[in-house]
Amino acid sequence: MKYILLVHVSPDAFDPSKQRDMAAAGRAYGAALHAAGVFIAGAGLQSPEKATTVSVRDGKRHVQDGPYAETKEFLGGFVIIDVPNLDAALEWAARHPSASDTAIEVRPLGGSSFDAAPPSSAR
Amino acid sequence: MSEAATQATIEAVARNSYGRLVAYLAARSGDIAGAEDALSDAFGAAQQRWPLDGVPRKPEAWLLHAARNRLIDAARHTQVRKKNEPLLQLAGEAEDVATMHPTFPDERLKLLFVCAHPAIDIAARTPLMLQAVLGLEVARIASAFLVSPAAMEQRLVRAKAKIREAGIPFRVPDPPEWDERAAFVLDAIYSAYTTGWENVIDDGATHHALAGEAVALGRTLVQLLPNEPEAHGLLALMLHCEARRAARYTRDREFVPLDRQDTALWSRPMTEEAEEHLRVASMFKRLGRYQLEAAIQSIHAHRAVTGVIDWQEIALLYEGLVRLVPTIGVQVARVVALAESGDVEGGLVALESMPANRTANYQPWWAARAHVLRRLGRQAEAREAFERAASLTDDSALRAYLLENAAETQ
Repeated sequence: MKYILLVHVSPDAFDPSKQRDMAAAGRAYGAALHAAGVFIAGAGLQSPEKATTVSVRDGKRHVQDGPYAETKEFLGGFVIIDVPNLDAALEWAARHPSASDTAIEVRPLGGSSFDAAPPSSAR
Repeated sequence: MSEAATQATIEAVARNSYGRLVAYLAARSGDIAGAEDALSDAFGAAQQRWPLDGVPRKPEAWLLHAARNRLIDAARHTQVRKKNEPLLQLAGEAEDVATMHPTFPDERLKLLFVCAHPAIDIAARTPLMLQAVLGLEVARIASAFLVSPAAMEQRLVRAKAKIREAGIPFRVPDPPEWDERAAFVLDAIYSAYTTGWENVIDDGATHHALAGEAVALGRTLVQLLPNEPEAHGLLALMLHCEARRAARYTRDREFVPLDRQDTALWSRPMTEEAEEHLRVASMFKRLGRYQLEAAIQSIHAHRAVTGVIDWQEIALLYEGLVRLVPTIGVQVARVVALAESGDVEGGLVALESMPANRTANYQPWWAARAHVLRRLGRQAEAREAFERAASLTDDSALRAYLLENAAETQ
């Protein structure tokens, strides 16, 4: 089963000084995911001030500065893994460096509605 | 055997087989709701037929056969055929297993661990166990938990969908996960025991809405985990408390505190069974919360033989318990034992050192304070504390008891 680990972080996680340490821990974590053969995709995100939120209402596009929800913690990154079950996904989530700082939300991926799209090479 | 006893045995066999089958099918499909749907009609039929025809030699095979017939009937309507196909195949394989093997494989332990998985809403864990493992009706569960059947149904549906969609595995955890996960199972069973006092009093006995079911789950757990001392401890604790059911209130619905109950009204067989489980648990030399709680109840039970309560021993056990479970309830109970064993001053100091915001509206704290103050001869303060305690309970018999104490404290 595929799960997404949504990495929630506090604003200070985006401090350049803290990011260097985080990056090292993140690289080690990524290497462990690869070694276990469970890694599908993943990335860290830039800080929420750089986010732009788009919505379409009555055919009109609304563009807003900032993240979708103004909260104390922000989405700081994500990892998609393929593991047998929730217990295995929780185990990987617990190993994420941010788990001991803030929290990781684990959600099963839904059946993808993009499956029917032609592979990129055919375009 | 009396007719009622025969009836109860048949009922137990039916629930036992039903739980095994739900566990077997769900462990393979990941779908508890699907397994329950497939079996519910057959389970109903068994409850009607078996008292008349006798329990079949292979109850699981009987249930699976009836369930498959239902599924085949339903599959005549083409829309359901596709949906039922995997389940029908699974039930067919299970029926082969049930027919060929002397006993049907028991995977209820996996089911118990799924029901008490930390990813499941804590309010859904106990109801889920009662429904999936014992086949209890939703209306019955709902009334014990004081919610509407519709709300309970929704809670259960949501939990089962989470198990299926989030991929919660049907597995028995290994160490180091074991202790924590096993504690969730034990806690969910104990919560079935402590939830839902029915305010019905017959012949001076109060009925505990789910006590029988909780004990049944406790027995199942002991059977599945014969080497887990805490499973024995939990069963011993529930049996000790159950043994005193008839002594807890008088015929006039007056509350009787444990240390003044008429020991002749306690159930000897249940007490003996509890003692036996506690003895088995102690052989593993691995102490835990439920063993300690059962051991405390065991000392109270000795009063039936010796006529006295060894409060010092109880205080010692609470000392250990408070380290494992530092809840306000355990802390207050520890103080009571301390005061009863002679250290009244120490008891009062301990009570007053507890955080006021936790104790201000906590009835047992005020009752404990009242008892301690009275022993110290501080009558006016004791009376006030009894009154405060009485104002904080919703149990009318207990309120009457506390007010009576207040009136006596002059």
